[in-house]
Amino acid sequence: MAAGSVLETMDKATAAEIAADEFARVVSQHRPQIFRFLLASTRDIDLAETLTQECFLKAHRNWSSFRGESSAMTWLMRIAINLQKDHWRNRRMRFWRTTQTHSVDLDEASEWLPSGETSAEQQMLAKEQVRHVWKAMDGLSDRQRTVFLLRYIEERELSEIAEITGLSEGTVKAHLSRAVGRVRTQLGRSK
Amino acid sequence: MSIWEKSNELPGDAAEVSVVEPHAENQDQILDVEQHQILDVELDEALRNFKLSVDAWSEAAYSNRPVAQFAPRRNWRPAAAWALGCALVASSVSGVVYQRHEHQVKAKQDAAIKLVEQQKQAADRQVADEDLLASVDSDVSRQVPSAMEPLAQMAEDESK
Repeated sequence: MAAGSVLETMDKATAAEIAADEFARVVSQHRPQIFRFLLASTRDIDLAETLTQECFLKAHRNWSSFRGESSAMTWLMRIAINLQKDHWRNRRMRFWRTTQTHSVDLDEASEWLPSGETSAEQQMLAKEQVRHVWKAMDGLSDRQRTVFLLRYIEERELSEIAEITGLSEGTVKAHLSRAVGRVRTQLGRSK
Repeated sequence: MSIWEKSNELPGDAAEVSVVEPHAENQDQILDVEQHQILDVELDEALRNFKLSVDAWSEAAYSNRPVAQFAPRRNWRPAAAWALGCALVASSVSGVVYQRHEHQVKAKQDAAIKLVEQQKQAADRQVADEDLLASVDSDVSRQVPSAMEPLAQMAEDESK
């Protein structure tokens, strides 16, 4: 009886160690993507970092309940979207108390481009295009923006986006179409 | 279940959910097919550049962020409660010690004052005793009165 309980305790300890290792691997693998998605959603480095940390903290707390029905990335992205949604809702409620935001403006966000072997003119053109996309994103609803970023930044399939957001594929398509339409309109306006 | 609950919908979202097919914007409708194709090429390019830009920004921000080990956040409340408790205990103990020390100092002072008073009283008493003895001595050594002189003379003679 005593030997059995010792073995049981050892099994539990081993399982906990394995779970901790597995979670550490998930963190190192998916943290940059979660951060990138949140950065693109908020345009605020500090907020993106905070929400990323909260996302993994929440994931850590609920790691034992993660049954692997979906991929870890899908699960983490769901948590990240929920946290972001809660954040904006709370900020809207706190509007009269504080309206502080550290989001960078469109021009600053558009400055980032990899320094490839392109001419200065091409770089300028690319920055202008990026600025228009950011501007179009400002006019999108939360759902449209999320779907748009999951598709064009995270390069997720429509079925995956549907799984992450809990929307049907048809609705995802509709949101995506609306979002792309906005971007196209914004680019057309620049002509 | 959708991540977005009905109650959390933003204005305009409810209508958007029911839309299955994309609606062309008014401005899009006035564009002819050729313009549309040019725009689509530009759109693809813009979306590609947008991803490259976000990737570059994210990578730079991610690598420059303050390195913090992922660890469950510690709750500061127990620590604060402990600190407050320790401070209260320390202050009450130090108060008691201080009071005790004060009491001891006062007792020492009282004892010193009492000792000085006792010494003074003893000195006074000694002086009084010396005065008394002196007066007794002077009384004893006083000369025999003249009326008793013959009797004294007789006592002297007898002793010879």
